[in-house]
Amino acid sequence: MLSINNITKLYPSRTGNAPTIALDNVSFKINGKEFVSIVGKSGAGKTTLLKLILAEEKPSKGQIFFDDLNIHEIKRSQLPKLRQRIGTVFQDYKLFPSKTTYENVAYIMEAMGASEQEIKRDVPQILEIVGLLNRADNFPNELSGGEKQRAAIARALIHRPDIILADEPFGNLDPYHTFDIIKLLIKIYELGTTVILATHDKEVINSLGKRVITLDSGKVIRDEERGRFIL
Amino acid sequence: MFTSLRRVIKTGWRGFRRNIGLSLATILIMVMVISLATLLFLLSPVSDILITDIKEKVDISVYFKEDVLSEDILEVETEILKIPEVKDVEYVSKEQALEKFIERHKDDPVLMESLTEVGANPFLASLNIRAWEVSQYEQVTNFLETSPFRSLIDKVDYHQRKPVIDKVFSMVSGFYKIGIFFSIVFAVVAVLIAFNTIRIAIYNSGEEISIMRLVGASNWFVRGPFLIQGIIIGFIAALITLLISFGLCYGFDNKIKAIAPEISIYSIFVSNFFLLFLIQLATGIGLGVISSYVAVRKYLKI
Repeated sequence: MLSINNITKLYPSRTGNAPTIALDNVSFKINGKEFVSIVGKSGAGKTTLLKLILAEEKPSKGQIFFDDLNIHEIKRSQLPKLRQRIGTVFQDYKLFPSKTTYENVAYIMEAMGASEQEIKRDVPQILEIVGLLNRADNFPNELSGGEKQRAAIARALIHRPDIILADEPFGNLDPYHTFDIIKLLIKIYELGTTVILATHDKEVINSLGKRVITLDSGKVIRDEERGRFIL
Repeated sequence: MFTSLRRVIKTGWRGFRRNIGLSLATILIMVMVISLATLLFLLSPVSDILITDIKEKVDISVYFKEDVLSEDILEVETEILKIPEVKDVEYVSKEQALEKFIERHKDDPVLMESLTEVGANPFLASLNIRAWEVSQYEQVTNFLETSPFRSLIDKVDYHQRKPVIDKVFSMVSGFYKIGIFFSIVFAVVAVLIAFNTIRIAIYNSGEEISIMRLVGASNWFVRGPFLIQGIIIGFIAALITLLISFGLCYGFDNKIKAIAPEISIYSIFVSNFFLLFLIQLATGIGLGVISSYVAVRKYLKI
């Protein structure tokens, strides 16, 4: 389903120094319906990897295939179709500041052309699941950090994407909500969605007992089927 | 397709309402720009009227010798009227010339006194000729000076008047050119200001536009609401400008008439109402849409 082939990402230095290596010749495959955790210290390259999968950035070298599609070679006008197959929970939430929680979650369904009925049926449902139904009419600046994160998760799930990319989705959650969200992610995975979870939350990883890819300084140093958080 | 359009319009309207402060500020700037377009539009017929008025005042006179009979002069008038360049001819007899002179200078004792001293009527009978175009006077004069009845003519005052005529017209065309130059400069400045205002308004939404792209919205779905906002802003600004210009034209009509009786700014406004509103709408909506389109494009490159 997702094939990362020899990906290298360099960020050129503006001061003329050597470029920063964010990812160094990274390769791995994710076959359909997997729950994969990507772990590593801050700056190991987790977020860069997710940005490359979302085609937010281009690799310096290598290719990423989504099914048979080389995602960095498709036309810009085709990108929305690809991105609609991916649900992303951004590390910094990236909620629309001028839209309410409800509108934030409904947006992608609207963009995909879902009917009003579907939107009215699904959005309250997902908001209830993430515990934000009573915050539906609030704007992001009226939400707490944890609520924003849950809103971001709801937005990533609402359109039933093929892949969920979750970048540190527990960063601002208390243990109670973290547990709920993990349960939710596992449930989504069990229903047939691939989940790629980038985190440095040791407890979460160890409790999952799923595939773990460990990144260190931009390189894959470990890729285990039932991995644990080891750095 | 229809659902998408409906959503785009709804989102655009919502964006307009939620950023009402910024929307109003943009409308205000847009009103200024459209007012300028309106002013340029209204000034064009006004300057035409003024130029025509000046042109109307230009004529040349053919003075006939003392002993020429009025029948002969009227015959010459008929001949002159046959020249295609001539618009109209007016016969001024010796007596009429004297009357006109007295009428004009009755408050000037020196002139009146000298007239009495001269005794007889010192004025010559004349034909005042007006051509269609100022440039045609030369031809008319040439015709008169080479015509069979040239022996009846004392003088044609074209050569005397030529420098004045030329000067007036070079001034008029100078003013016209300066007017066009400043109109273009103002229009460019106004368009740039309007464009920048919208650009700054959209700059606030720059990150949001990028997120829309990242979650999978198509370019048109992202851009649409901003274009709708541009249309709403342009439309409201055009309406406001229409009302303001109506009020000003109505209110100042009499004052302008007092200075230049042949100009009725109000009737220019009324007779061009639909064209004017169309220009205002086109300026407002056109600027709103184009500025939004260009400003959003920058953030869609993700």
